[in-house]
Amino acid sequence: MTGFQATSELSSWGRVVRARQDVVRPHWRDQLAAAVEEAGARPEGGLAVGLARSYGDSGLNSGGAVIAMSGLDRVHSFDPATGVVRADAGMSLDALIGLALPHGWFPAVVPGTRFVTLGGAIANDVHGKNHHDAGTFGRHVRRLALRRTDGSVRELTPDDPSGLFAATVGGLGLTGVIAWAELQLSRWAGAFLDSEDIAFRGLDAFFALSAESVRTHAYTAAWVDCTGRGRNLGRGIFSRANPSPDPRRTLHRPPRVSIPVDAPAALLNPLTLRAFNAGYFALKAARAGRRQAHYDSVFFPLDAIGAWNRLYGRAGFYQYQCVVPPASARDAVAELLAQIAASGEGSVLAVLKTFGALPSPGLLSFPMEGTTLALDFRNRGEPTLKLFDRFDAIVREAGGRLYPAKDGRIGAGMFQAGYPQLAAFAPHVDPGLTSNFWKRVKS
Amino acid sequence: MSGQPRRIVILGATSAMAEATARLYAAEGAALVLVGRRLDRLEEIRADLLARGASAAEAVAADLARPDAAADQLAAWAGPQGADAVLLFYGVLGDQAQAERDPAIAREILSVNFTSAAEWCLAAANLLEAQRRGALVVIGSVAGDRGRQSNYVYGAAKAGLGVLVQGIAHRLALRNTGARAVLVKPGFVDTPMTDGLPKGGPLWAKPEAIARIVRASAQGGGPVVYAPWFWRFIMLIIRLVPAPLFHKRPL
Ligand SMILES: Cc1cc2nc3c(=O)[nH]c(=O)nc-3n(C[C@H](O)[C@H](O)[C@H](O)COP(=O)(O)OP(=O)(O)OC[C@H]3O[C@@H](n4cnc5c(N)ncnc54)[C@H](O)[C@@H]3O)c2cc1C
Repeated sequence: MTGFQATSELSSWGRVVRARQDVVRPHWRDQLAAAVEEAGARPEGGLAVGLARSYGDSGLNSGGAVIAMSGLDRVHSFDPATGVVRADAGMSLDALIGLALPHGWFPAVVPGTRFVTLGGAIANDVHGKNHHDAGTFGRHVRRLALRRTDGSVRELTPDDPSGLFAATVGGLGLTGVIAWAELQLSRWAGAFLDSEDIAFRGLDAFFALSAESVRTHAYTAAWVDCTGRGRNLGRGIFSRANPSPDPRRTLHRPPRVSIPVDAPAALLNPLTLRAFNAGYFALKAARAGRRQAHYDSVFFPLDAIGAWNRLYGRAGFYQYQCVVPPASARDAVAELLAQIAASGEGSVLAVLKTFGALPSPGLLSFPMEGTTLALDFRNRGEPTLKLFDRFDAIVREAGGRLYPAKDGRIGAGMFQAGYPQLAAFAPHVDPGLTSNFWKRVKS
Repeated sequence: MSGQPRRIVILGATSAMAEATARLYAAEGAALVLVGRRLDRLEEIRADLLARGASAAEAVAADLARPDAAADQLAAWAGPQGADAVLLFYGVLGDQAQAERDPAIAREILSVNFTSAAEWCLAAANLLEAQRRGALVVIGSVAGDRGRQSNYVYGAAKAGLGVLVQGIAHRLALRNTGARAVLVKPGFVDTPMTDGLPKGGPLWAKPEAIARIVRASAQGGGPVVYAPWFWRFIMLIIRLVPAPLFHKRPL
């Protein structure tokens, strides 16, 4: 008896899919061992999940068993002299920053929310605003322990000759359950960054700013007005930052407000979106310039509001995130933005960023050199999916691919086209594990 | 005491509330003695607390539900320096329906939650009184405030423990010992002990929230602290509901 309980409460961040799953939340290592074996023995298989910050269905296993990892959040060791930390995979980046920053260390790579687990960050090989400088999260993993459903445990390092490390980083939780990981943190003087916001008009200006800034700034990303058409197509705010020498090590605080209920579906419609985006651009453009900012507001602005995903209403929402290689980036992004603007859909949170050339360690890692565009779309059913099909055609034509952590709908063809190393990955899949995403794309 | 890190003895250190409290003390650089039944689990916590800044952490395997020479054991855990706080977290929820049918199960719930806990509390009171400093903080429960059909065996044990700790607090204060005792009464807490229950809603607290209250209670306040504070009012109302009305509700 390992205490799996049937629930339909688990859903992904986008909340499009809600399904019954049998969930167990181990708190101790011996419970994890039992849970992994039991999950693997079930006909529908098992899957580990972290804090469910993936938008689509790669963290869901409808009808199957799910091991919720966040109760396993203990540090095994931390050396404040070298910045090497080893911790259970269920520990969050939120807690890791709380541990490390007072000693002058910071995770080498953080995504746009600190409410992700180490296991989830590795399984999606997440990227941050410093991709051109630091590569993906997986590049900073020194060692990890992988628990397989046959009861075995493998300790893996980046030079692992079997290929299982490369399969596990970015491996979407399919190669086994990551029990713990050892990371190399980055030296930080304090908690602040010297940041600069620059308004730009048009994609050429974005690419010029990006080319210049990747040489001078560790962190770069741009917000684009996805409703801008004609002269305003591709306008936005470019942000760049470097860690500040300011020695104050002020920690972030817990979220202050939380969205208590689902917003009415009509709240985010083409009209309100256009108004918001235009207003946001005007406000940010007027306030552009240099300032000192806390890491929490630079990296995790959305974390200030708990459960913001409820703003999209009960039907939930999708995120569309693609990357396209440098040669075709300019035209593909222009075409995507034109399509989005014409549709009137899209989000207030459209992000454009340049990925650098540092190779990702994982076989299925999403980042590759090029330009990435990410934005949210409320779920309107068929019309939304049709729109995505048009985007897919553009991305595929450009030689790009989509991010599984954000996807909830692509078919096997689109996935395989984007991930040429899929054949090398497949043999490493643990036969006792699966996910909704995997069932959809593997055939 | 000057310059020495605080020394904290935690009885039932593998409970979620205990672990959350230990993390607060670790961040302050305290020295921790972790007592519980499972050495493997205590070792997991021990390493974590050391990484989080504890100046020392010791894992001690002992079956607290069966105290054996409680005074000597507690003195050994407190060490020559003495204990700045003794925190008692362990307990079992038990199954009310089973306890009604099987006296052995009822006896077990009463003896773990009351009899054994009382022995540790009395031993701690003597230790702290002799030291002339330190705090005993005991986890009670709002279930001890009024007998309800769904969990009155557990509730009775916690009620008894509450009176005992109150008495110790009275004694320590009256004799001007410089030592204190506090009973912390949590309401619903999201821990593995309650994993079978649906946990939505504003009444459910995280172990971290209770931990902050326990930490503050070791420093001052008491002798009875509701956690979070609003349970004081909820329980006041529950106690005031007249029996004829109360008996119509399946609480
Ligand atoms: C506001 C917001 C901003 C974001 N910004 C970015 C960004 O900038 N860059 C980026 O890359 N991503 C970003 N993301 C996505 C997010 O970083 C990833 O989805 C991340 O993997 C979520 O981690 P999690 O712990 O919530 O894992 P989950 O979403 O619960 O699970 C993710 C995957 O990890 C697997 N997994 C989890 N734990 C384990 C384990 N212990 N062992 C094996 N497999 C495991 C799951 O099976 C699943 O496949 C963002 C998400 C949000 C909500």
